[in-house]
Amino acid sequence: MTLADIPGLYNYWIVILLMMTGLYIVVSRGNLVKKIVGLVIFQTAVFLLYISMGKIIGGTAPILTGRPEIFSNPLPHVLILTAIVVGISTTALGLALVVRIGDAYGTIEEDEIAKADHEAEFGGPETP
Amino acid sequence: MTEGLALALTLAIPFAGAVLIGVTRRRPNVREGVTLVTATALFLTVLWLLDGVLAGARPAVELLEVIPGLPLALEIEPLGMLFGLVASGLWIVNSIYSIGYMRGNNEGHQTRYYICFAIAIGAAMGIAFAANMFTLFIFYEALTLSTYPLVAHKETEEAKLGARTYLGILLSTSIGLQLVAIIWTWQIAGTLDFTPGGILAGKIEGIFVPILLALYMFGIGKAALMPVHRWLPAAMVAPTPVSALLHAVAVVKAGVFTVMKVAVYIFGIDFLAVTGASEWLVWVAAATVLLASFVAMTKDNLKARLAYSTVSQLSYVVLGAAVATSMGVIGGSLQIVMHAAGKITLFFCAGAIYTATHKTEISDMVGLGRVMPFTFGAFLIGALSIIGVPPLAGSWSKWYLMLGAADAGHMVIIGVLMVSSLLNVAYLIPVVARGFFLPAPAIDPQPASAGAAAVPANPGGIHEAPLFCVLAPCLTAAGCIALFFFADSIYRLLAPIAMR
Amino acid sequence: MILQHLPALQIVVPLVAAPICLLLRRGDLAWGLTLIVSWAALAIAVMLLHAVITGGVISYELGDWAPPWGIEYRIDAANAFVLLIVSGISAVVLPYARASVASEIEESKHSLFYTAYLLCLTGLLGVAITGDAFNLFVFLEITSLATYVLVAMGAGRDRRALTAAFTYLVMGTIGATFFVIGVGLLYMVTGTLNMADLALRIADLGDNRTVLVAFAFLVVGLGLKLALFPLHLWLPNAYAYAPSVVSVFIAATSTKVAVYALLRFLFTIFGLEFSVEALTLTYVFLPLAIAGMFAASTVAIFQVDIKRMLAYSSVAQLGYMVLGVSFGNVTGLTATILHLFNHALIKGGLFMALGCVVYRCGSASIDEMRGLGRQMPLTMAAFVIGGLSLIGIPLTVGFISKWYLILGALEAGWWPVAVLIVATSLLAVLYIGRVVEVAYLQPAPEGRVVTEAPRSMLIPMWVLIVANIYFGIDASLTTSVAGTAARALIGGTP
Repeated sequence: MTLADIPGLYNYWIVILLMMTGLYIVVSRGNLVKKIVGLVIFQTAVFLLYISMGKIIGGTAPILTGRPEIFSNPLPHVLILTAIVVGISTTALGLALVVRIGDAYGTIEEDEIAKADHEAEFGGPETP
Repeated sequence: MTEGLALALTLAIPFAGAVLIGVTRRRPNVREGVTLVTATALFLTVLWLLDGVLAGARPAVELLEVIPGLPLALEIEPLGMLFGLVASGLWIVNSIYSIGYMRGNNEGHQTRYYICFAIAIGAAMGIAFAANMFTLFIFYEALTLSTYPLVAHKETEEAKLGARTYLGILLSTSIGLQLVAIIWTWQIAGTLDFTPGGILAGKIEGIFVPILLALYMFGIGKAALMPVHRWLPAAMVAPTPVSALLHAVAVVKAGVFTVMKVAVYIFGIDFLAVTGASEWLVWVAAATVLLASFVAMTKDNLKARLAYSTVSQLSYVVLGAAVATSMGVIGGSLQIVMHAAGKITLFFCAGAIYTATHKTEISDMVGLGRVMPFTFGAFLIGALSIIGVPPLAGSWSKWYLMLGAADAGHMVIIGVLMVSSLLNVAYLIPVVARGFFLPAPAIDPQPASAGAAAVPANPGGIHEAPLFCVLAPCLTAAGCIALFFFADSIYRLLAPIAMR
Repeated sequence: MILQHLPALQIVVPLVAAPICLLLRRGDLAWGLTLIVSWAALAIAVMLLHAVITGGVISYELGDWAPPWGIEYRIDAANAFVLLIVSGISAVVLPYARASVASEIEESKHSLFYTAYLLCLTGLLGVAITGDAFNLFVFLEITSLATYVLVAMGAGRDRRALTAAFTYLVMGTIGATFFVIGVGLLYMVTGTLNMADLALRIADLGDNRTVLVAFAFLVVGLGLKLALFPLHLWLPNAYAYAPSVVSVFIAATSTKVAVYALLRFLFTIFGLEFSVEALTLTYVFLPLAIAGMFAASTVAIFQVDIKRMLAYSSVAQLGYMVLGVSFGNVTGLTATILHLFNHALIKGGLFMALGCVVYRCGSASIDEMRGLGRQMPLTMAAFVIGGLSLIGIPLTVGFISKWYLILGALEAGWWPVAVLIVATSLLAVLYIGRVVEVAYLQPAPEGRVVTEAPRSMLIPMWVLIVANIYFGIDASLTTSVAGTAARALIGGTP
């Protein structure tokens, strides 16, 4: 790989950027909904990775026409349909949990939840 | 009755006894009857096996196979026979004594006590007759676990602490070191069977031999080699019959017996002698003999003093194995028997004194000999046997140990043995001497113990502990004398393992 | 005809039963169906294991699409054994579940609970049975999603179940996504997703950077799923606050299945040589396993909630399994596979005992355990035996695992590791001993009078406890199956 190839692989750079952004949001945000958002971005990056890996420049959809043509590989695209379904269920479940947490604690901020748990367990505010 | 069946029975009888004791828990007299009958039946079974073993038979039985190639199996050989006889024989005496002691002191949880006791003896039988190291290890752990409730018997904070130390040291050494040694042995030798001449010769060499030996020796925490002896004094919180069981019959003897087994049947004394792997052990054992005696002299609590005396005496056995000569092994094995008889006598006496007067400190026992002449007489005989004065049992084991040390060229060890005998005199005889020759103090120095209805109304009269409590030490004291004259038959039993 | 389709039925039966359960609406009917399905799954698993041991590897083409294009179910001794563990635990857990679920979860949610349970079971069985890397991901996510739901159902007893489930969801999803990235990268260089096919092509590729990156992603992804220290942070809370039944089930099965998936990738797909050359075994797994064993066991000693204590103990026990893997020899791998089974029995039994305590006392904190030795003698006796097994006392299954593990360490020539293994068992003595002492030597709290749990809970618990002893006394069956499985895994392509 030479330096000149790097811009040509820009789709992978986008994937990496999105992935890291998503992961960073999950780690750094205390708001549970934002965490879920980060998780979605993270997963989307992987979808892109799969899709761009099956794509061939100039290739068409793999429909049997009888003429010799260049196809994109359909398999990764199909796989990622499954992964998208999994991703959606995860997001839905995650958000449902956030709603329940909101009901139970009256907040969806991580540090406030931790404080509430601490108070419930030890009967007083956390001493630094 | 075939010999295999009898062998299986030696395990089955105590465990069946434990169940029956549980069933009859509501009727103490029946329960104690069950204990005595079980103990007698067990002893007779072991005795029945003796003739065959003396004639050279090696009855064996395989119970089941745990991991392919690693069976749970029993086989009798002379050393195990000896230990089996000692443990089962003394169980009878100890049961008699327990009945007197437990009732005399109104102890609670007596059913649990007798059940655990029976299980412990069953485990000791398993150790005695194990055909391989794996079986031995299993019963070794069973013995540890079944004696834990006995040590914690009183359920006071002190008892719990002592029991925790007891369990902690014994479990951590056995799992942490001994198990590693066993698996290591299995890995290099491909077998764990006790084989005359050992199984390790030619399989392991160099520095690894002493390392493996060290894993075994410190892994067998029950042998109380310093510095893993701490559990023994800690277990002193137990009722006296338990201490007698721990220190004279089952637990510590199981420890040194395992040491002997490992030395003779896993390493093989020739292999140890050739490689010199046990050289370090000689010195550690000798140091334990002396140091423990010194510590014993500083203890005023009678049971604590006896505990350290035990630590010291146990290392005689280890010493016998470590010098790696035939005479050493014979001496060590004799010591298992002789010390058992002597030490159990001393503990019985300590318990009898406690039952009668609730006194535990030696300084309080001044003049008691005149009040309890039988107890103190038995104590004297036990003490003299431990010291090694003929015509008492202990003299033989010392004799053979010295022969063994001489054979191996360890002249210093002979000196150590002699110094140790002197130390024994120094810490055991004063107890008796003060009891007999000093007058009792006019006023009881401890008003608290006066309420125990123990101080006799007529100072000149005799006031002994309950009959059962006095009978037992007298029996074992008589045993100390008898064993002196029967040493020859024990020697004949042991001769096959020493011949090469 | 039916026998031929056993591999498909193993998955399809619970999968189809799940929506039916939902439609049934009534809790007791749902429970009955789940029970029947579980027992059927066990029967199928037993038949499969028998078929594999007598007749060799089974390859089943799903929908008659030939591999490597179609999805293949491929069953050798290793995954047949895992199938048996999962379905066996499920079959024992369900009779126990009825009373426990009734006491911990609202009536209206019972059918939902059993639906999620069946989906979880489907996923676990699927991970074990499939021979397709992407299919494995799908089943892994079915399991995980169902497990998040199941854990969150503990909210009725303690609201922290919700946050525990949320944390688990976030970390589980990251793990799964890492796993997909790894699979995707492998697909990029090999053009196949079939495991057997992958194994062949990776061997042909030789030194390839993409494969190495894929390997790293897969190991981290699976490491998160199996709670490899220090990726275990989701586990303690999830186990501690989940409903008792769920704790029993997931503690005994879900991490085990993840361990199996790791084994499959390490040994079948990448091959032993690759895993050794990538230095993962010696320099990643070994130190992490040992650190996990010590750290988690030490933390366990200080836990107030006994369920949480056992959860930390699970992390430590997973360390043992990974340690067996890291030796890279057949004995070590045998130890790992044995421990999959043995630990399922141990933790299943222990968590069931705690479930009984929760059923009667409402909580499993150490204060509640006081005096239970007298008030719930059968439950506590089970706890003691399970605890002894966890420590590794001879004649219990824990001892057998430890025996093989130490043997593996010595065979690899790492005898200091052998000493460390036993040292951590001593930590187990501390945390189990603490509970036992409180239960037997302390009086019950004033005014608390509890009796034994109902028989429907006691019997399954004792089934597992007796199994602990039975397979500890006669280990020839389990060791021979585990040995066969280990050789199947390490011997190259399945």
